[in-house]
Amino acid sequence: MADGSVHQSARDRAYSSTDRVGRCRDQRTSVRTTALAYFERLRAEDPVHYCANSVFGPYWSITRYNDIMAVDINHQVFSSEAALGGIAILDQGADLRLPMFIAMDPPKHDQQRKVVSPAVSPANLERLEPLIRERACAILDALPRGETFDWVDRVSIELTTQMLATLFDFPFEQRRKLTWWSDVGSCIPGPGQVVETEEQKLAELMECLVAFTELWNQRVNAPPTGDLISMLAHGEATRNMSPEEYLGNLILLIVGGNDTTRNSISGSLYALSKNPDQFAKLRANPELIPSMVSETIRWQTPLAHMRRTALEDIEFQGKTIRKGDKVVMWYVSGNRDDAVIDNPNAFIIDRERPRTHMSFGYGIHRCVGNRLAEMQLRVIWEEILKRFPVIEVMGEPDRVPSPFVKGYLNLPVRIPA
Amino acid sequence: MPVITYVQHDGAEHRVTLPVGVSLMQGAISNNVPGIDADCGGACACATCHVYVDPAWMGRVGERGAMEASMLDFAEGVRETSRLACQIKIADEHDGLIVRLPEAQH
Ligand code: FES
Repeated sequence: MADGSVHQSARDRAYSSTDRVGRCRDQRTSVRTTALAYFERLRAEDPVHYCANSVFGPYWSITRYNDIMAVDINHQVFSSEAALGGIAILDQGADLRLPMFIAMDPPKHDQQRKVVSPAVSPANLERLEPLIRERACAILDALPRGETFDWVDRVSIELTTQMLATLFDFPFEQRRKLTWWSDVGSCIPGPGQVVETEEQKLAELMECLVAFTELWNQRVNAPPTGDLISMLAHGEATRNMSPEEYLGNLILLIVGGNDTTRNSISGSLYALSKNPDQFAKLRANPELIPSMVSETIRWQTPLAHMRRTALEDIEFQGKTIRKGDKVVMWYVSGNRDDAVIDNPNAFIIDRERPRTHMSFGYGIHRCVGNRLAEMQLRVIWEEILKRFPVIEVMGEPDRVPSPFVKGYLNLPVRIPA
Repeated sequence: MPVITYVQHDGAEHRVTLPVGVSLMQGAISNNVPGIDADCGGACACATCHVYVDPAWMGRVGERGAMEASMLDFAEGVRETSRLACQIKIADEHDGLIVRLPEAQH
């Protein structure tokens, strides 16, 4: 059950070394299988846990489903404000503090979010679906047979990046730049990372801003169209944004619209291949696709956490969280909480209530693109099942080295000739 | 016990009898009335239990709470009669209540 079942040795380690618990050293590199054991222990023994000392500074870990929900919906006390550190465990550096609506509190958050939400309205999604299907078909039909290839590169990245280019009306041939900026935007610079220093990251993101400023200037001088840049350029709450704010919102839309769905597309194939009984069930009954999609989004949890900053002292589950404290909601842990989800480590595509998961977050910051994500996953799987009776995963994937993005760098796959 | 009618977007009607005290959302889920997702399980945190209350009944279902209002602020197709079904608790005076469901929860 792969990621689902916690390896015994990791579990033993988690339960034997108290000093590692909550310090989550593993988190510095990635949210791996082994990390789930630490979360299991935190949920059982110290669900609201203070880690006084870490590479990210001191922070609270909230690990139970219902506690995470309580923090997520209390935006009056738990702020997302970029100036206080933003929405990830790593504080936004002072030189790289990008305002984006996910990292804002009301009322500004509300106004800016409303500018972009029509892009993923039901009417727009209906309009987009045939196009997504056409592109999904073309991507799948071009896959090699009888040889091992990288599913992440050929399918997951390709589909989500094409979609993103469409939503932005970004030059189609240059769409892989979006993938690159997405990787840069979500990465914590360091040795072996996509960028090694903050300066490099800033330089790359400035290039992104330059490219998008050109698009802004085109769109602002033309009548409004349905693409996201045009919406931002003409939107009441966004047309006077500073360049930093524009860049911040772009990175939000690029990462939000790209990384997460990409890793769920890869994760769905990986999970199904690790659970052949579930794969067989899906093939026998394609009507289970929507429920399999929700189960994948829970099981994968493509964003492992969101972070808040306390605006005042608050008593929470017997602990005192102080004004200014960093509070990390580990969605990846809430999604494995057996108090809310039966047999949470198992991947079960026909769960009774598969939509009960916290991967989209809850409250006013709940993912604005969730239906688009679900639709992309549904369409690609409808087309996969029509075409390929067998897809073999040929080896273990490499993981994205991040405590925030839970995903795959590659996934070797073979479709028999 | 109050009888509630849920009207689907296509006009199909589901008439169910609900015990006093359950929410309008739970009433739909436990009777397999389609069209309400209720992803958050009734915590007023997802807005996927959006319904339109029949105008004649607006006076008897109470007002939107503050959290409900901010969640509805981001929902699709919100009208004056929009409510989150998890925030309406069934009482005796709701006997005969009619609510309509949006085309899809968003
Ligand atoms: S069930 Fe989530 S808001 Fe009502």
